Amino acid sequence: MTTKPLAAGVLSKQDLPEAPEPSARVTIRGTARTGRRFTVPRSVRRAAGPVGLVLLWFLTSATGVLPESVLASPVDVVRQAVELTRNGELPSAVAASGRRAAIGFAIGASVALSLSLLAGLFRLGEDVIDSSMGMFRAIPWVGLIPLFIVWFGIEETPKIALVALGVTYPLYFNIYGGIRSTDAQLVEAARMMGLGRLGLITYVILPSALPGALVGLRYALSTAWLALVFAEQINADKGLGYLMSNAQQYFRTDVIVLCLVVYALLGLACDFAVRILSRRLLTWRANFEGEA
Amino acid sequence: MTDSVEIRGLSRAFDGHTVLHDLDLDIREGEFVALLGHSGCGKSTLLRILAGLDDEIGGEVTVPARRSAAFQSPRLLPWLKVWRNVVLGLPGRPDRALAVKALDEVGIADRATVWPKTLSGGQAQRVSLARALVREPELLLLDEPFGALDALTRGRVQQLVAELWRLHGCAILLVTHDVEEALLLADRVLVMDEGRIAHELSVELPRPRDLTAPEFVTLRARLLNWLGVTHTLEGTPS
Repeated sequence: MTTKPLAAGVLSKQDLPEAPEPSARVTIRGTARTGRRFTVPRSVRRAAGPVGLVLLWFLTSATGVLPESVLASPVDVVRQAVELTRNGELPSAVAASGRRAAIGFAIGASVALSLSLLAGLFRLGEDVIDSSMGMFRAIPWVGLIPLFIVWFGIEETPKIALVALGVTYPLYFNIYGGIRSTDAQLVEAARMMGLGRLGLITYVILPSALPGALVGLRYALSTAWLALVFAEQINADKGLGYLMSNAQQYFRTDVIVLCLVVYALLGLACDFAVRILSRRLLTWRANFEGEA
Repeated sequence: MTDSVEIRGLSRAFDGHTVLHDLDLDIREGEFVALLGHSGCGKSTLLRILAGLDDEIGGEVTVPARRSAAFQSPRLLPWLKVWRNVVLGLPGRPDRALAVKALDEVGIADRATVWPKTLSGGQAQRVSLARALVREPELLLLDEPFGALDALTRGRVQQLVAELWRLHGCAILLVTHDVEEALLLADRVLVMDEGRIAHELSVELPRPRDLTAPEFVTLRARLLNWLGVTHTLEGTPS
C-alpha cells in the first residue's frame, strides 16, 4: 500500500471509497412469530439427532451390515435391559456405582469448595494453594490408579478416591476463577453501602462466582462418571464396571453396550439436573440465548 | 452553618506520581458543590477518598459518618431484585417497605420486584440514587452519575437530583465534566487542576436555573475559560 500526502480540500473523486451501487438495497425480513407459521418445537428438534442415530444403528443391525460380534442390535440391548432389570442385576449394579459416584463426588466437592474459597478469598490461601493445584493438575489423574491401589487396596476406597480426585479439579478451578472474576466496582459499591467482610462474601463474591461454579459442577459430574468407568475396572465385584468386565469375558456386546448406555443416561441425567438448577439460579443474568 | 466536610493538607500519590497536592476544602452542611476538571485531574480520587474507599493518604479529612455514593455506572448487584439492591447493607432484615418508599421517591416504585437487567440506563441510575438516599446520608457523593445517560434522560435525572437534594438537605459533592450540569445544580463550583482546587465560583442564580439567562452564559464562559476550553464555531476546541 502506498500513502499519498493528502491536500486538504482537494480530495478528488477517485480518492473516495467506491460508493455502493445506488440501486443496491436489502430487504430486512421480519422474524416475529405470526402464529400462523408452523414451527417444530425446540424439544423435538433437539431429539431428532439422537433418535436418527439410534434408528440408523437399528437399520444397520437388522440388515446385517453391522454384525453382532461387533455391536449388538438395539433390540438385543433393550432385551438385555429388561432381563437384567427383572432379575435385579442392573438395579443393584446402578446402585453400587451410584453410591461410589455420590460419595466420591461429595468428598471431591467439599475439598474443591474449601480450597477454592481459601484460595479465592485470601491472598495467603492463593499463594499456598493455587500453585500447588496447578502442579497437581498436570498429573493425569487416571494415571494415579496404580498408586491408589498401593495406598488403598482394591476395595471401595480407591474407586471413591479416584472419583473424588476427578471431581476436585474442575470444581476448584471454576469456583476459584469465579471468585476472582468478581467485578471490583461492585465490591466497591457494596462496601460503600456498608457491607462488611461477611456481607461482601455472601452478597457479592459468592453470587458472582455462581455461574462459574455451575459450569464447574457440570464438568465435575461428567468427570465423576468417567472416573467411575476407569475405577470400576479395578477388581470390581459389583457395579456397572463389574457387569461390563464380566460381559467382556463372554463377548456379550449387548451387555457391554447396555452398560455404556446406562453410564451415558446417568451422565445425561446429572447434566440435565445441573441445567435445570442453572436456569433456576441464574434467572438474573442477561445473556445471549442463541438464535431461533 | 457548620462544615460537613473538612479537608486539610490532603495529598495522595500513586507510585510516586502525585495526584492530589496539599488540598484544602470545606463543604458546608447541606451545600451542593460541583467539582469540575479534566480527566486525570484528581477529582475522582478525591471523591473516592471522601467515600472511604481509599485511605493511603496524607493530611486530614473529616467527613460525616453517614455518607453514600452513586457512580457513573449504577453498580447494582445483578443477582438481587431491585428493592433488595436498594436496602443492601442496611442493618437488620431487608425492609421492603422502606425500599419501595425510596424507589417511589425516584419515581420507579413499580420496578421494585424486577431484576436489574430489565432496567433501562436511566431507571438503573434512579435505583442507584434510591440506594444512596435510603441511607439518609449527610453527605452524598456523586461520581458523574449522569455521564452514561442520553441527553433527554440526563436532563430528567438532573432535575430529580435537584429535587431530592431540596427534600433531603444533605451536602452533595458532584464530580462532573459537564459545565452546564455544574451550573444548573450547584451552590458552588470548584475547578480542579493538577491535584489542586484551581478556581472556585459561587453560583448565586435563583433556582430553577435557566440555561439561556445572560448571567448563566457569563458564568459558563468563565468556567470554560478556567478549564482552558474556548468555544468558537470556526476554531477547533483546544
